[in-house]
Amino acid sequence: MTVALAAKDLVVKLAEKFPGAIEEAGRDALLVKISSLLDVMTYLKNTPDFNFDYFNFLTAVDYYSFFEIVYHLTSTNHNHSVFIKTRCYDRARPSVPSVVSLWQGADFQEREIFDLFGISFTGHPNLKRIFLWEGFDGHPLRKDFNR
Amino acid sequence: MNDPNSAYLEEVDLHEGRIIEDLKANSRESIPDPDAWLAEEEVKRNVLLTSVDWLIDWARRSSLWPVICFPACCAFEFIAAEGPRFDLSRFGMELLRASPRQADLMITAGTLTWKMAPAVRRIYDQMPDPKWVIAMGACGISGGIFRSSYAVVPGYNKIVPVDVYVPGCPPRPEGLIHGIQMLQKKIAKEKMKPQLPKIKLPGIPRLKRPSA
Repeated sequence: MTVALAAKDLVVKLAEKFPGAIEEAGRDALLVKISSLLDVMTYLKNTPDFNFDYFNFLTAVDYYSFFEIVYHLTSTNHNHSVFIKTRCYDRARPSVPSVVSLWQGADFQEREIFDLFGISFTGHPNLKRIFLWEGFDGHPLRKDFNR
Repeated sequence: MNDPNSAYLEEVDLHEGRIIEDLKANSRESIPDPDAWLAEEEVKRNVLLTSVDWLIDWARRSSLWPVICFPACCAFEFIAAEGPRFDLSRFGMELLRASPRQADLMITAGTLTWKMAPAVRRIYDQMPDPKWVIAMGACGISGGIFRSSYAVVPGYNKIVPVDVYVPGCPPRPEGLIHGIQMLQKKIAKEKMKPQLPKIKLPGIPRLKRPSA
């Protein structure tokens, strides 16, 4: 059974390495500042203690005042997992660093979030719509979407 | 993207988007069901059916070949109907055609999204006449629970003319078989209307009538 790492334990190690990068450590999720997201993700993947080599999924939540992007990571060696969250406050032009360079599996899911939420992922190799067609007006999973 | 074809691929995407938007704009109104001729008095009394009509209708209704066009979950009920338990082949429908050019029945099993709609329309256009359509399930009839969605076609009759509606979510195989039998009854009433191509024949010199 995969052990969900307690964010409180994780935040101690991460706070040493990236001071100021962790905004909040909830019961089971870490809230990372968007500016240092890619650094933290790289560290989590490549450090032998964590070694999060498997990318479960990526999703986004619209809270009106900000978008929250949720990453679920698992290590197949240590058999533990963690939730990483980040927040994007720019509603007009939301932008998040892409993690495709770390996990190839994020490719289609980032395109999905781009399609349905309109969040652009900087550094994505092929960022275009995946479900809806080119020319579709709006991003339907945003709370203020009206057809 | 470093793909040398990226400009072409982008054009393909834009082209697809234009096709979908065109279809969406052109299908706001439902296509009327092709059953007006059933109300004609002659058809009701069944008097004008010649023996040739009867033979052709018999042949057509006894060998309805469905095309493989099953966009969503109603397909499983169709598969069940096709299988040994319900055995659709009792009605001359054992052949599912992978090519629309060899099929004359389209069973539209399931939700249709606008992105899929041009493909379904193309399949319908490729089927040779005479052709019939059965709208299977709530989504096929009206869009079902997804009717208000931004991505779902509200009923197949926006895209293609529908002969028989089979309600249910999904309809049981018995329901589908009943719908097919209704379609067969409908076909049995059809009259042949031969539409020969209008060819201009060369003038034939006429014989002169012998005078007196």
